[in-house]
Amino acid sequence: MTPLFLHYFIKMRVLLIICLYLYVIISECTITPRDGKEGLVEVLDIMIKVENLVKRYGANYALNDVSFEIEEGEVVGLLGPNGAGKSTTMNILTGFLAASSGEVEIGGVNIKEDPIAAKRMIGYLPEQPPLYPDMTVEEYLGFVYELKGCALEREAHLEEIMGVVKLGEVRKRLIRNLSKGYKQRVGIAQALIGDPKVVIFDEPTVGLDPKQILEVRNLIRSLAKSHTVILSTHILAEVQSVCKRVLIINRGRLIADKKTDELARTLEDTVIYRAKIAGPEREVLSALRGMQGMKSVTATGEKEGDASAFLLEGARGIDIRKPLFRLLAEKNYPLMELAPTGTDLESIFIRLVEKSDASADGARK
Amino acid sequence: MLAIYKREMRSFFTSVIGYVFLVLYLAVGGAVFCFTTLYAMSADVTSFYLYMMIFSGLILPILTMKSFSEERKIRTEALLLTAPVPLWSMVLGKFFAVMTVFSGAILVNSLYFIFLTPYAFVKLAILLGNLLAVLLVGMVFISIGLFVSSLTENQLAAAIGTIAIILVFLCIGLVNSLLPSGYWLRYIFDCISIFSRFQSYTNGYFDFASLLYYLSVCAAFLYFTVRVYERRRYHG
Repeated sequence: MTPLFLHYFIKMRVLLIICLYLYVIISECTITPRDGKEGLVEVLDIMIKVENLVKRYGANYALNDVSFEIEEGEVVGLLGPNGAGKSTTMNILTGFLAASSGEVEIGGVNIKEDPIAAKRMIGYLPEQPPLYPDMTVEEYLGFVYELKGCALEREAHLEEIMGVVKLGEVRKRLIRNLSKGYKQRVGIAQALIGDPKVVIFDEPTVGLDPKQILEVRNLIRSLAKSHTVILSTHILAEVQSVCKRVLIINRGRLIADKKTDELARTLEDTVIYRAKIAGPEREVLSALRGMQGMKSVTATGEKEGDASAFLLEGARGIDIRKPLFRLLAEKNYPLMELAPTGTDLESIFIRLVEKSDASADGARK
Repeated sequence: MLAIYKREMRSFFTSVIGYVFLVLYLAVGGAVFCFTTLYAMSADVTSFYLYMMIFSGLILPILTMKSFSEERKIRTEALLLTAPVPLWSMVLGKFFAVMTVFSGAILVNSLYFIFLTPYAFVKLAILLGNLLAVLLVGMVFISIGLFVSSLTENQLAAAIGTIAIILVFLCIGLVNSLLPSGYWLRYIFDCISIFSRFQSYTNGYFDFASLLYYLSVCAAFLYFTVRVYERRRYHG
């Protein structure tokens, strides 16, 4: 009839179920105690510490061994082509995703050991702002306030945030009916609730019109005074205007970690100048070719009156600007324009990415 | 948890879903009450509640289907998952919200029996027992619905999936009652059949083991829901 094990199971089921309950409760509630040593070693200035972060999907690496540290009050731009791992990095920092391996510390709190405490320090605006279309702006911000369990005085805090992101006039409107720019602002407001120490913005200016982009950038700049800000983008002008430091990610790897103004100097390549020189093109060209330290000269074919444009590249380690001036003065060819090309962030970025792509391909072969 | 609960309650009644559910539930409840009680000239509450229980299985997925799939679709889950709240409080907040709407509906339905008091004697214990049975079974349905909803971002798929699972449970219950007692398969079916455990309640007795059973099944599905989210954190 009844197998013996079933018989015992039926007799003991209540006990078994209670044991199961206890097991689940205990395993869910166990908080790994942090040992005291950690607290002593940690340096307070470092707000975000990422060590050997790896995120794997099957055989694909979305992030491969990414490490960096961000100090309190820094504004850091996370730069990279689409699909490079920017959003993944941010999602791991905010606890939305879990890393395959590696450590993340926010303000000295390991996000694995105490996710709640770590999340409390972060305000996050994901790529697509997490808005409920069926709520008004006020209701929504009130909901986020309650969700985050803020201790700040409710009315004053929400008022302040709506003032900062200029949402006052739409506060009673349904989020569904707001324009893209306002939706983005509501998203930013949501991230600022609870006055987190770290704010993380994933592509905050995508889809906004130029005026709104400027406003958002100004807003981020003003936030930078009292917050640590991480901002991801593929718009380089944004990084140049807002961030002091850039992390460039490509194919899941960190390929550059530099101050924004130092980035230009990291490339050992020589600078190519674009010059506009007045005078007969052919003679100017031959005079330039004869100049010492000149590696290559090409006429672009572009003309302005009697002046023609040239691209000049000096030999490695030689600044050609002074000898160029002297040569042209001597020959009486007036120099109308001289500008370096390829040192703007755009081309640095492209060169860095291409370099890392090439080395990755090389490594694979 | 309270914040999520309040938001869910609001979203039921700012969209049509809450109203559709209540209208359907109350209308069908009224019709069932007419047929099982008024026209049948009987004060037997058990058949009313049995029909309502089965009807709940078909209609509760309307309430649960959007709980998680909608959040996933409009990407608001990023807000909930990066907020400093544990996962289980998010799941419980949603669970209690659906539970509130459902118990409200069934409590209003139960008011019909007040009209019977001048004509017939309804035993309070049996009435309460039946009510408890419906609430407990509904609780299990809701937890199944929430679990299925967390698996997909398609609300329709969530609703149909939930109904399918509930029907499987219903079938198991029906088959179970046909099996001869003492047959070993029956013990297994007894473990998984949500429909064959509330008899003592409908007879007006309180059965602690059944209470524990329903709470456990409900907790299990809610726990699975939490695990679905945990898993998604690791595997995208």
